[in-house]
Amino acid sequence: MQDSGRQTGLEARSVHAWRGDRHVIRGLSLRVTPGHCLHLAGPNGVGKTTLIRILAGLIRPEDGSVLWRGEAVGHDPDAFHADTAFLGHDNALKADLSPLENLAFWSALAGRPAAAVAATLGAFGLQACLGLPVRVLSAGQKRRVALARVALSGASLWLLDEPFTNLDTGGIRLVEAQLAQHLAAGGMAVVAAHQPVTPDQGEVRRMELS
Amino acid sequence: MTARPGLWRVGMAVYARDLRLAFRRWEQAVQPVVFLLMVATLFPLALSPEAAQLRGVAAGVLWVAALLASLLALEFLFRADHEDGSLEQLVLSGHPLGWLSIFKVLAHWTISGLPLVLVSPVVATSLAVPASALAVVMLSLLLGTGVLSFVGGAAAALTLGVKRGGVLVSVLTLPLVMPALIFGAQAADLAIMGESARGPLLLLLALLVLSVSLAPLAIAAALRIGVE
Amino acid sequence: MWTWFHKLASPPHFYRIAGLTIPAFSWAAGLLVAAGLYGGLVLAPPDYQQGEGFRIFYVHVPSAILSMFVYATMAIAAAIGLIWRMKLAHAVAAASAPIGAWFTACALATGSIWGKPMWGTWWVGDARLTSELILLFLYLGYLGLRSSFDDLQRADRASAVLAVIGIVNLPVIHYSVVWWNSIHQGSTLLTPGAMPIAMKWPALCMLAGFALFYGAVLFVRLRGEVVRRERSAAWLREVLVK
Repeated sequence: MQDSGRQTGLEARSVHAWRGDRHVIRGLSLRVTPGHCLHLAGPNGVGKTTLIRILAGLIRPEDGSVLWRGEAVGHDPDAFHADTAFLGHDNALKADLSPLENLAFWSALAGRPAAAVAATLGAFGLQACLGLPVRVLSAGQKRRVALARVALSGASLWLLDEPFTNLDTGGIRLVEAQLAQHLAAGGMAVVAAHQPVTPDQGEVRRMELS
Repeated sequence: MTARPGLWRVGMAVYARDLRLAFRRWEQAVQPVVFLLMVATLFPLALSPEAAQLRGVAAGVLWVAALLASLLALEFLFRADHEDGSLEQLVLSGHPLGWLSIFKVLAHWTISGLPLVLVSPVVATSLAVPASALAVVMLSLLLGTGVLSFVGGAAAALTLGVKRGGVLVSVLTLPLVMPALIFGAQAADLAIMGESARGPLLLLLALLVLSVSLAPLAIAAALRIGVE
Repeated sequence: MWTWFHKLASPPHFYRIAGLTIPAFSWAAGLLVAAGLYGGLVLAPPDYQQGEGFRIFYVHVPSAILSMFVYATMAIAAAIGLIWRMKLAHAVAAASAPIGAWFTACALATGSIWGKPMWGTWWVGDARLTSELILLFLYLGYLGLRSSFDDLQRADRASAVLAVIGIVNLPVIHYSVVWWNSIHQGSTLLTPGAMPIAMKWPALCMLAGFALFYGAVLFVRLRGEVVRRERSAAWLREVLVK
């Protein structure tokens, strides 16, 4: 059926949200389908982070709905979360553990084999710091570890809030390469970022928030 | 799509990680025990060192000291995870949040409650508690610190992100654990006087079962509110 | 029935209704309390065991019953607010808490004053007194938790969870005199035949008066909460200007 293609993705319908007294998200609708990346752009404070957190399921919108593969997220939130990887402002890393130990934990929760952790960290240029405690890494390296966690999760939907923070040009290129690989394999992504998002593969649609 | 890992594997992963983190900073982890030892030393100094008088207050002193020591440690249950973003990842992990909370609370109890129980014979003896009563004292503390960790976990989850929320966590926890304190101190007291403590111990066990079943629900609800 | 409930839950509608009911509640409360006090302090015979000292019962028992009733209202409103995300329900819980705390403090204080001549002590560590004290701490904890959040929505929801958790204390208070050998006397007001009518009617008057007093103060505070929460709404500006 023609509609089945539209169903296999993330959709938001007329979402409204308040932060304190401010009506930040007013009746916003969007759709992301496999192989596509939605780039959320806009000035500081416009609501990019709030919107991504609503899509992730951390914030329940005051009005409107979020649908995953055609069904409301609330019907089976565990299944939705299992297939989603979220990267927020914080890296969710324990300073006293090494990148290997940190990601071994998260991959155990995601049901991924422990063997893949070292390889993924290598793909993000972190071969030299596998066993060092995270607290001695630079801000950019920590961000790379967090991004490696997303890549390792095996989720279909990536929700990334300012993924390029603290990264150098090499790091940005690495992330875009991983994103391209993800989109080419049929994955989806929503990225909130100030700079342009330019993966080699996959279509990027830009949505300006105001 | 990858196969979802079993609940036990996930729970044990959470438990193991929290324990590993605590051991990396063991100087922080032993503080509740140190506190208990110090408080227990204060009482014979402040009251008379006469054995009969100490024995009369030993049950209460031991229990209140253990309570305060556990309360000190409660603040750390969710705070680190909340600050570095791990908590929202746990909420989004796709696993039942109540189930994950049980293992976090168990890890917290292993680090702060269990050592108190293990040290209690030493402290009890210094308060002139007869050796025959030590087993019951330990058992009452074992059950009581369990109740405290679970109920306190709910209070800690509710106060996520509150600045200087340490006192508030105690204020919220104390009313809810008072019954455990009453029964636990009663059990210890009966044992010290040489009588059977079965009644209060069973009630304490019931309270533990109640907290283990209900607290995770409250913790999950509170954590979701906290990460919004 | 649902439409009535839905209308009541709408802030502008509630604000209007409250304006009408507050004077009615206040007058009724005043009259009932006056009648109850007159009946209890002047008309009713002294207790054959406790003499005149018994008369503090007319303040103590209604306070205690209200302390539990207000908490139950608070917890139910909190649950409604959590489940159906109704802002007015959260406002009811927030407005009730200080009133309930005062009733609890009053019950504890009058109980203590009554206990001194009757039992020879200001306090005893039995189940009912302890659980009533726990109730006071729960109220104070609720208020403390509320005030520690800047974000009103977060304060509402976190304190609602706490209110619901604390509900387990209520059956303990009520049945404590049944489950344990308590020094506190058993239920008299609600048990038929336990009290002569001359003593009963003033107590019931006081109870009704206190309940209406709670209603009046609750609605006054609720209006304040509505104004605070809807301060940027257009309907409020019109109403206040009128």
